[in-house]
Amino acid sequence: MPLHIRTYHDLVEPDRSGLPQQIAAQRQRVAGRLAGVGRVVAVMSGKGGVGKSFVTAGLARALARAGRVTGVLDADFNGPTIPALLQIPVTSCTLHENDIEPVASPEGVRCFSMGLLLEDGRPLAFRGPEAEGHVWRGTLEAAALREFLGDVAWGALEVLLIDLPPGMQRFAELVELLPAPPAVLTVTIPTPESGDAVRRAMRFAAERGATLVGIVENMTGGAFSGTAGDDLAAEFGIPLLARIPWHPTPDAWHELAARV
Amino acid sequence: MKFLCVECDRQMSFEERQLPGDGTLAAAFRCPGCGRAVALLTNPMETQLVASLGVKIGGTTLPPQPMETVRGMVTTGRPDAFDDAGERGAGSGPRWSADAQERLARVPNFVRGMVKRIYLDYAKERGIAEITPAVMDTARSELGLEGL
Repeated sequence: MPLHIRTYHDLVEPDRSGLPQQIAAQRQRVAGRLAGVGRVVAVMSGKGGVGKSFVTAGLARALARAGRVTGVLDADFNGPTIPALLQIPVTSCTLHENDIEPVASPEGVRCFSMGLLLEDGRPLAFRGPEAEGHVWRGTLEAAALREFLGDVAWGALEVLLIDLPPGMQRFAELVELLPAPPAVLTVTIPTPESGDAVRRAMRFAAERGATLVGIVENMTGGAFSGTAGDDLAAEFGIPLLARIPWHPTPDAWHELAARV
Repeated sequence: MKFLCVECDRQMSFEERQLPGDGTLAAAFRCPGCGRAVALLTNPMETQLVASLGVKIGGTTLPPQPMETVRGMVTTGRPDAFDDAGERGAGSGPRWSADAQERLARVPNFVRGMVKRIYLDYAKERGIAEITPAVMDTARSELGLEGL
């Protein structure tokens, strides 16, 4: 005779742990922290080596020079380059009772990055059992993303750019954490191979409710040939916002900033 | 995760959490009907997974520290990554025993400020005048500070 066992959802008595409430409080903290941010724009490509961080930093600096209050969250925890690209010197992050101040670049871009926290030359490593690290490492990185969003005193920003690592996992985590899916700025290089990978990322983002605001074709006019930027823009019905050459002038960034 | 006393058909209530210090966790749950208790034992990987979510089995009693998970879990952080702008109630809080100070000094710089604040808040909330290693152990277990 099988035992009568109620299911998980049948049990509705108050639970002292309140894990769903703890998760909800985490989400509310993120939403509250970003209440003063006009627009969250995720910079993604779905593949590595196309220059997402370079484009993010160039765009952020141009936005700041144009007087627009801008922040950059470096979500590439394992290869953080944004502080260097924004020319932020090694410094300590100021802690307050309830938050941490972002670090400001010489041009006034507010930034937070794992690169500000890690020892020089050391990889990001977590305390924990070596065995089966793949099970919990992704969860820890998602927690770090949540804390970068919710614990940094971003303040009032016109634009918060989020520099994503290669792949799509961090974008999926971002969508879960934010009150609404972010806008997405896509970066590709001209080659058809890059176009194929970036197309998948764009579909991934669109299927999760993100608005695709445009494409930046990076590293044009050099060794890479192709029309990936134009092709993707036509396919998704969005603008090709800029072609960034190998050695961009400040004008190239200003033109991009004016269109974002 | 919930526990059901099948005999009573009652949801069991969280009662106590213990951290033996070997990366594992024990959480006890008791049936409000018959009083029977069961213990949930997690291995280090499972314990880590729960800690990675930034949630605490048994609930929270103290407000979260800024960047608590990053500061508590990253082992390759710069010692001077954080500049504490001011300690809560500095000068008026509980005192630290010599043993407790020694133990605190062994905590890596990257996370020491946060650990200190957590123990201070814990002691203040409970009216504890002196923080000793025993208080630290109790706080660690009660607050679910896996590994700190």
